[in-house]
Amino acid sequence: MIKVEKRLETPKYLLVLTPILSVLVAILFSSILLLVTGEDAIKALDTIFGGSLINWQEVLVNSITLVILSIGVAVAFKMVIWNIGAAGQMMIGMICAAGVALFVPIALKDSIFLIPLMALAAVIGGGLWALISGGAKAIWNVNEVITSLLLNYVALYLLQFLVFGPWKGVTTSGFPQSDPFPAAAKIATIFPTGRLHYGLFVAIAVVIIFYFLLNKSRWGYEIRVIGEGRNVARYGGMSLAKNIIVAMFVSGGLAGLAGAIHVSALEGRLSPHMNTDIGYTAIIVVWLSRLHPLVIGVVSVFMGALLFAETNLPAAGIPYEIAKLLQGSILFFVIAGDFFSRYKVKFVKE
Amino acid sequence: MSGLNIFQDLLVSAVAMGTPILFAALGEIITEKSGVQNLGIEGMMYIGAITAFLTGLALTAAGLPVLIAMILVVLLSAIAGAMIASLHAYVCLSLRANQIVSGLALAILGTGLSYYIGTVFITDPTAIISEKFTRFSFADGVTIPFVGEILRGFLNQDLLVYFSYVAVIVVWFFIYKTQKGLNLRAIGENPGAADAVGVNVKLSRYIYVMIGGAFAGIGGASLIISAASVGQWGQGMIAGRGWIAIALVIFARWNPKLVIWGAYLFGIAMALESRAQIYGWFDNIFILKMIPYIVTILVLLITFIFSKQKDIGEPESLAKPYDREER
Repeated sequence: MIKVEKRLETPKYLLVLTPILSVLVAILFSSILLLVTGEDAIKALDTIFGGSLINWQEVLVNSITLVILSIGVAVAFKMVIWNIGAAGQMMIGMICAAGVALFVPIALKDSIFLIPLMALAAVIGGGLWALISGGAKAIWNVNEVITSLLLNYVALYLLQFLVFGPWKGVTTSGFPQSDPFPAAAKIATIFPTGRLHYGLFVAIAVVIIFYFLLNKSRWGYEIRVIGEGRNVARYGGMSLAKNIIVAMFVSGGLAGLAGAIHVSALEGRLSPHMNTDIGYTAIIVVWLSRLHPLVIGVVSVFMGALLFAETNLPAAGIPYEIAKLLQGSILFFVIAGDFFSRYKVKFVKE
Repeated sequence: MSGLNIFQDLLVSAVAMGTPILFAALGEIITEKSGVQNLGIEGMMYIGAITAFLTGLALTAAGLPVLIAMILVVLLSAIAGAMIASLHAYVCLSLRANQIVSGLALAILGTGLSYYIGTVFITDPTAIISEKFTRFSFADGVTIPFVGEILRGFLNQDLLVYFSYVAVIVVWFFIYKTQKGLNLRAIGENPGAADAVGVNVKLSRYIYVMIGGAFAGIGGASLIISAASVGQWGQGMIAGRGWIAIALVIFARWNPKLVIWGAYLFGIAMALESRAQIYGWFDNIFILKMIPYIVTILVLLITFIFSKQKDIGEPESLAKPYDREER
């Protein structure tokens, strides 16, 4: 007979082992699905992981955006506020950064302050966008899952409205995109070849700063306490509404920052190309990392490889959707696998 | 076209557009009434849609009479929706995982899985289900102005829409007028008490999660095989309807009778996208596309603002796991 017992404390090795095993099971599951549907599973895995090693710069380029988004998501999730609108907040960040780059006064066009200004606008824009959900949650207890997700669609159509309409460039020969940004608005690449850019250091800084903020500061402590129980926090004299508003602003602000880095370093203009599922990917990263900022940094590189694979797989003749499927199954197996870190399964002889 | 004709056309379109959301929301009401929240409707609708598309292609090609083929398609899509929902039930009820994250995982997985299965069809213009449900009109003879238009709005629809009317009544009757429905409400409000009087909480929740999935599957299928749809598979085709359905459940205070009006309100918001352009009212497609989402957010805000903080009609034990040994 099988008996299930709740663990009083989870051993450290299980906290590490279960996510890793879950990812392996997800990879196995996806490979079987590939085989069943007549695709070459070995070739797919080789393209995803081998291809990522060769194109490590592209993987890191994807990871930069992802890690900043994920830290933002983690800030909200720590408080058990479900911000699933990271993609929308990122798009608003892209729009705000582009707005600064395109319409800044001539005097600032070549200034070294242009990129910081774009970043600032993006942080404020993304933060305020997230506050639509966060404020409604704090004041009226409106379900933030739905509002933050639906705002993704509003942000997407706002982006398309701008690049097909008022912000459409005069030099773009009819393509739906803005004019290119001035040169001072572009984040430089680190190496002469490849697209890896100095945003990498921003991402690393974000990880370190938020490691200290979340794990070592008074603010991080309040967030954790609120996340563990609203009533305890209230008895402790912490303002729930204030903390929700701050956390959502920070969460959205980071997503906005990711958007600014994306348009500045990779696009150099505002264009409608956007992976609208990236908010989901960030959630998977955060859950795999158990909300720990440093682990998020590492897991983002792994998921960055999957994001890169989405663009790389079609060239190998394999549908890119397998990378999306793999992401979805990873999250499922991770939460299923968590059972074994929370419960002890015993086989008892009757 | 006269104003009344436009009104009728808008209404016909709104009812047809609202129906997929209506099915999904009805299913979510049943699931949530049992105390389980399933945020994965978007993914389940995708699974329903891809199932309807594949089985629809196969069954119409096999030469079955259209009506029988379509009814089979609806059944199979419902089964597919229930099966993918059983994953959520297993992870939440047996493995006791967080329901919100599991729901998100289901949304992502269902979307990814159907994208993967459907990928070969997106570039194939011949992959189209041309024979689908057709409209039956019951109110052509009514000549009273306005009344006739309203009747035709609701009664110039296909079988799926008529089935949705029946489903609303059946679900309402089941929840509020039957013993099983009483048990359903009990396990969502106070599972401990229900358990004490001999209701199998876990098994019931499994069943109601799967019934919710079946409804979402039908909702997704109706985007493929209803008279109003194009019969083609497309990535992004569910377009957030699953999330709108969840908002609708809150707006309707978990009441099947109220959900029908909410569904048509969103139907109007969606119908505007095409109708505003056809009638020359407004032609910026991006602004028009935003409207359903903004309407949903506003409606949700209003619902919460005008109800007392706790009393929005949410089942008492929603999304709280039940474990006999941990009481």
